[in-house]
Amino acid sequence: MEENYIKHQYAPILPKKDEWPVVKLARERKEFILKVAELSEERIIGLLGKNPDVLKEELETTLYREKLRIKQNPWDVDPDDEVDFWKEIKSNLLQLHAEVALSKTKRLDAYQAVLKKITSRYAEEISSNFKASHYKFTRRVVTYGFSRLLNAARVKGFTSFFSNQYTLQDKIQITGQTDQIRDLATKGTIVLVPTHFSNLDSILIGWILSVLGMPPFIYGAGLNLFNISIFAYFMNALGAYKVDRRKKNLMYIETLKTYSKEAIQFGCHSLFFPGGTRSRSGIIESKLKLGLLGTAIEAQRANFQKGNGEGLGKIFIVPVTINYHFVLEAPVLIRDYLSMTGQERYYKENDEFSTSYKIFKFLLKFFTKGSDISVSIGKAMDVMGNYVDQEGNSRDKWGRLVDTREYFVSEGKVTVDSQREEEYTQMLGKRIVEEFHKINRVFSSHLVAFVAFELIKAKNQKMDVFDLIRLPQEDIVVDYQEFKTGCQRVLDEIFALKTKGKIDAAPHLFKPMDDIIAHGLENVGMYHAKRPLIRDEAGNLTTEDLSLLYFYHNRLHGYDFEKLF
Amino acid sequence: MAMTLKNSSKTNPVGVIGVGSFGTAVANMLAEKSEVMVYARKQEVVDEINAQHTASGRSLDPSIRATFSPEELCESCAVLFFMVPSAAFLEVTRLFAPHLHPYHLVIHGTKGLAVQLDPGEALDTVKKLRRSQILTMSEVILQETLAVRVGCLAGPNISKELSLGQPAATVVASKYNEVIQQGQHLLRSERFQVYGNSDIIGVELSGVLKNIIAIAAGALAGLGLGENAKGLLISRGIVEMAHLSKALGGSASSVMGLAGVGDLVTTCNSQDSRNFTLGYRLAKGETLEQILQTMDEVAEGVNTVRIVDAFIKTAGIRAPITENLHRVLFEDLSIEESLQFLMKYPFSVDVDFV
Repeated sequence: MEENYIKHQYAPILPKKDEWPVVKLARERKEFILKVAELSEERIIGLLGKNPDVLKEELETTLYREKLRIKQNPWDVDPDDEVDFWKEIKSNLLQLHAEVALSKTKRLDAYQAVLKKITSRYAEEISSNFKASHYKFTRRVVTYGFSRLLNAARVKGFTSFFSNQYTLQDKIQITGQTDQIRDLATKGTIVLVPTHFSNLDSILIGWILSVLGMPPFIYGAGLNLFNISIFAYFMNALGAYKVDRRKKNLMYIETLKTYSKEAIQFGCHSLFFPGGTRSRSGIIESKLKLGLLGTAIEAQRANFQKGNGEGLGKIFIVPVTINYHFVLEAPVLIRDYLSMTGQERYYKENDEFSTSYKIFKFLLKFFTKGSDISVSIGKAMDVMGNYVDQEGNSRDKWGRLVDTREYFVSEGKVTVDSQREEEYTQMLGKRIVEEFHKINRVFSSHLVAFVAFELIKAKNQKMDVFDLIRLPQEDIVVDYQEFKTGCQRVLDEIFALKTKGKIDAAPHLFKPMDDIIAHGLENVGMYHAKRPLIRDEAGNLTTEDLSLLYFYHNRLHGYDFEKLF
Repeated sequence: MAMTLKNSSKTNPVGVIGVGSFGTAVANMLAEKSEVMVYARKQEVVDEINAQHTASGRSLDPSIRATFSPEELCESCAVLFFMVPSAAFLEVTRLFAPHLHPYHLVIHGTKGLAVQLDPGEALDTVKKLRRSQILTMSEVILQETLAVRVGCLAGPNISKELSLGQPAATVVASKYNEVIQQGQHLLRSERFQVYGNSDIIGVELSGVLKNIIAIAAGALAGLGLGENAKGLLISRGIVEMAHLSKALGGSASSVMGLAGVGDLVTTCNSQDSRNFTLGYRLAKGETLEQILQTMDEVAEGVNTVRIVDAFIKTAGIRAPITENLHRVLFEDLSIEESLQFLMKYPFSVDVDFV
């Protein structure tokens, strides 16, 4: 079956790198950081109601938490002067505490000066370190290196290493609204919101954007990834700013939000993983972290306030799903999910992605064996979830023109109303989840995992997931014929939904059922030491790791297919 | 006093859609502080308002202008009050939809539910209803129009009493503080208190579900039962409303407020309520058909019983009062039998939802 994916490389939209918003931002890095620090300071003071006592308490809390973090959870990337910095803050606070004679305004000023030190430091920490030369180099290495590996593996013969028969685009298929995203990139600012299952995602998206000829995007990457030198290099080259999930204090979070908002307003196309972290369960994100998403709405409102909301000031939200047969980290993710401990409080170091060596091994496997990835680019929306047309105009359900500015208007003017914007952020979050489900591309491996797990569950009706994964493996056998009928039922339902535009299916699902099943079994979690689903000697199905099967099964959660069993 | 207030806010007029008894009462209250423009569907009603300052005989503040153009109303007003009977709500909303913009604040005062049925189904025959098929009035507005800042008015607001200027209160519910504040600013007066609530679904459901209990209250009165029985019904009714509201996505606490308990107590004592009257006549031996033939407007509670009964059967939850009313209304159970059934029903805990 012919795949309908993008096989050619697009010409860059902005050929001169000087025109890239990221490059402009990098040039003005110093001023930008200063601006972010100042605006964050204003924002925090506003939130705390200009009250010196509340500010003092917040500063003390931050200090306490930061000291605790340094002691309990230090990382390689942490700067050396961290201890000294917080010592200084501590002595500043002690000094101020001793000066009881100061007036209220004087005290506020004094505490605000301490706050300024902190937001300046945070803004500097968060800020990206983009270098255009590194970016170009990285892009070339990734494309060249990967296509060598790919051809060496697939094309037989002595010269295969230098063959160009297969490119990365055969391996990683890009489908969906690729032309629209290119058009819109010149008409406004794009915020890309992909699903997140693997640490590979950010590099993958970076590469895809360059294939599409888009200028580099900036995005928030977990600081933990910068612990690994290979990743740190890639991330910096791709324009990543750093998000430290250990820091949950108000001052850090507000500085981070300000950074994101200002960068969007600056015109930098941005990338958020709206789930906040990799999906532990394998379920498509259904509850989004709204913090960063809210900054897109704030930035849009601020652009309207300045009167440049149309044209380049318009912000477009583009949902993306990344579909895998195989997620390298799946065993760790699902274990985390099932034990409910890994709620990102402390990042566990024993991840599959913990060393450069493991990553290299994975890449080698990935390119030398056949496991495809597809990336679906969804329809662009405005910040209120209305679809936009090719010109970037918002349209309602009936195709009528919508003026996005009017969502922010009260009594004739654009106004700031943070409660309203919180509600809007929730609405946008819901719309993104809806779109994820629509553009999600079902693979054979998702289908077989889903059906096998549901059949096992149906046989053990009184058990919940936690009981099921403790079942002895000998007890888990699914009859092939029963399995095949189950697959057909789910597939019929998938096609029914597909005609309504509520889901997408990979072309290999149009083959005869036995082929689909064979393809699915071959691919589902193919590089795991313990395979989630295999056929035994009698031809029936069994599993070596039920929790992994559960993980891959979860990809089809949220469509009500469970009711078929 | 009224004049100075009017001059101080020289903003757009406030729009009121629908000039039934409640719409007229609200338009008059709004006119105390603001310029008001009303919409009526019929040319003769518009002329009557503009020439004689009455709408179907009910008097209107002379400053109120009327129009039959949805476009003119939407262009002139930023805040709109939809005061339309629930049977016409969808139709009127669709009529206004092309002219509604995202900047409009829409507050409705309609107590009812709309259903989205699958093709080939009708409300009298439908057996299963999922939550996604049931829409509150605010959900209708969100689905049909571009307006997002939506609110509702609910509470014990008998139009006759409001027109006489007797003291009363209402709840403005909305997810948006902005809408609540606007509603309070426009409606609050010395005689009218306005509370705010962010649980719009819970408030809308309270206003809708209380109609079921009102029918039951009418039936008890028709049987000639006394105040003990009424007290029993109201308290069990509140518990049932709270459970149903939760199941449909509202919060139980809104049932405790003005839109729930407040409106329920008022309706269960009011001979003017259509729902109460329906229950009363049922108990006196008339059939549903006979009663509906002689009522000019459908008692909303009848539809609500149908919808909620289909919903609880689909969701697998119990609501004894609603279930029994459904059997009385549509399945030939007698009122006496259903009362006996309820008296035997094993309610063991007094309050189990707070």
